[in-house]
Amino acid sequence: MIMKWLHKFSSPPYFYALSGKLIKWLSVLLVAFLAAGLYGGLVLAPADYQQGDSFRIIYVHVPAAWMSLFIYMVMAVSGTIALVWRIKLAEIVSVCSPPIGAGFTFLALVTGSIWGKPMWGTWWVWDARLTSELILLFLYLGLIGLYTAIEDKRTASRSVAILALVGVVNIPIIHYSVEWWNTLHQGPTVTKFDKPSIHIDMLIPLLNMAIAFKLYFAIALLMRSRNELLQREQNGRWVEEVLEGK
Amino acid sequence: MHLRAFGAVIVRDLLLAFRHKSELVNSIAFFILVVSLFPLGVGADIALLRKIAPGVIWVAALLATFLSLDQLFRSDYEDGCLELILMSPHPVSLIVLAKIMAHWMLTGVPLTLIAPLLAGMYGLENSSIAVLMLTLLIGTPILSLIGAIAIALTVGLRKGGVMLALLILPFYVPVLIFATAAIDAQIAGFPVSGQINMLLALLALALTLSPWPTAVALKMSLS
Repeated sequence: MIMKWLHKFSSPPYFYALSGKLIKWLSVLLVAFLAAGLYGGLVLAPADYQQGDSFRIIYVHVPAAWMSLFIYMVMAVSGTIALVWRIKLAEIVSVCSPPIGAGFTFLALVTGSIWGKPMWGTWWVWDARLTSELILLFLYLGLIGLYTAIEDKRTASRSVAILALVGVVNIPIIHYSVEWWNTLHQGPTVTKFDKPSIHIDMLIPLLNMAIAFKLYFAIALLMRSRNELLQREQNGRWVEEVLEGK
Repeated sequence: MHLRAFGAVIVRDLLLAFRHKSELVNSIAFFILVVSLFPLGVGADIALLRKIAPGVIWVAALLATFLSLDQLFRSDYEDGCLELILMSPHPVSLIVLAKIMAHWMLTGVPLTLIAPLLAGMYGLENSSIAVLMLTLLIGTPILSLIGAIAIALTVGLRKGGVMLALLILPFYVPVLIFATAAIDAQIAGFPVSGQINMLLALLALALTLSPWPTAVALKMSLS
C-alpha cells in the first residue's frame, strides 16, 4: 500500500503536478509564519536585558543554523534512498538540497558575524561552532562542485549521494574534534556565556521563524526539483504536454 | 588467492613508482619547500618557529599528500588498467586498499622520515620530534584512505583541481587537530596517549570503512 503510493508519488508527472499545487499552499503558510515570526520577534518580544535589541538577529541566525544541519540530513537520507532503491525523485531531492543548504550556512555565518561585532567586538572568533559551520559550508560547496563537474547527471547524483554519506560519518567527528581543538588552544573567554533559559515571549517567535525557514526550504526544494526534473526528462512526453498546456 | 593479488598490486605500484622517480620526489620536494618557506614569511625567531612548527609541518604534509593523491588512479585510468582491475575476480575494495597502501608507502613514509630534519630546523626537541614522527606515521595513512574516496569519485573528470580540495581537505580537519594537539601536548610536557589513541581510532575507522565507498565510486566513475 505504502510502496504503491510511493511509486505513484515518485513518478515524475504526478510529482510535477502535485508539487505545483503544494508550492501554492506552502507559500501561503510561509507568509503567515514569516509575518507572525518577524512581528513577534522584532516588535513584540522584549529586549534582552544584556544585549538590548541586538539579540533580535537570532530570529534569522538560529533558524538558519538549524537549517544548515537539517538540510544536510535531508540530503543524506534522500541520497541513501537514491543509492539503495534507485528512485529518481530521491536523487533529484538530494542534489537540489546542497545549494539551499550552502545558502543557509552562509546566512548563519554572516548573521553570526554581524551579531559578533557589537557583542564580542570582532567579526570572527575561532570558536568551535563558528569553525564547524565554516567547514560545513566547505562541504556543501564541495558537493555542489562535484555535481556540476560530472556531466552524466545520474552518475553525478549518485556520486553526490556517496560523498554526502561519507560526510554523515565525518561531520560528528569533525564537529567534536573542532570543539576539542578550541578548548585546548584558547580558553573559553569570549564565547562562553551561560545560555539563559529563553523567555517564552522570545521563544514563540523563534519557533515561528524556524517553521517559516523550513517552509521556505520545502518551497525552494520543490521549485528546484521541478526545474531539474524538466531538464532531465526534457525528451519525455509528459514534459511536452506540461509545457504545451501552459 | 586474494592476498596474493593484494601483494601483487602493491609490488606493481611500487615498481611503477620507482621507474618514474621524478613523480616520486615531487611531493617530498613540495613538502620540504613549503616548510622552508614559512620562516622566510614569519621571521627567523626560533621561539615563534618552535611554536608554529607542529602546525606548519602538518599542514605541509597534508597538502603534499593531497597533491600526490591525484596520481592514485589517474595513470591506471588512462591506460585502461583500472577497468581490468575492476573486472578481476578479486574484491575491488581489497585492490583499492592495496593501491592506497602503496601510495602511503610512497608518500606518507618518506614524509615521516624527512620530517625530523625539518623539525630540527624549527628547533623542536628530540622528544617532540619523536611524537611528530609518530603522528605522521599514524596520520598519513588516514589522509591517503580518506582522499581516495574523493579521487575515485572524480577519476574520469578532466577538471579535478580546485574542486578536489573542497572535496578532500575538510575531511582532513580531525587528523590535523589531533596530530598537532599531540605534539603541542608533548612540548608542554603533558601525556600524549589520548591524542595518539584518537588518531589510532581514526585510522581504524578509515581503514575499515573507506575502501568500500572508494570501490563503489570507482565502479560508478567507469560505468
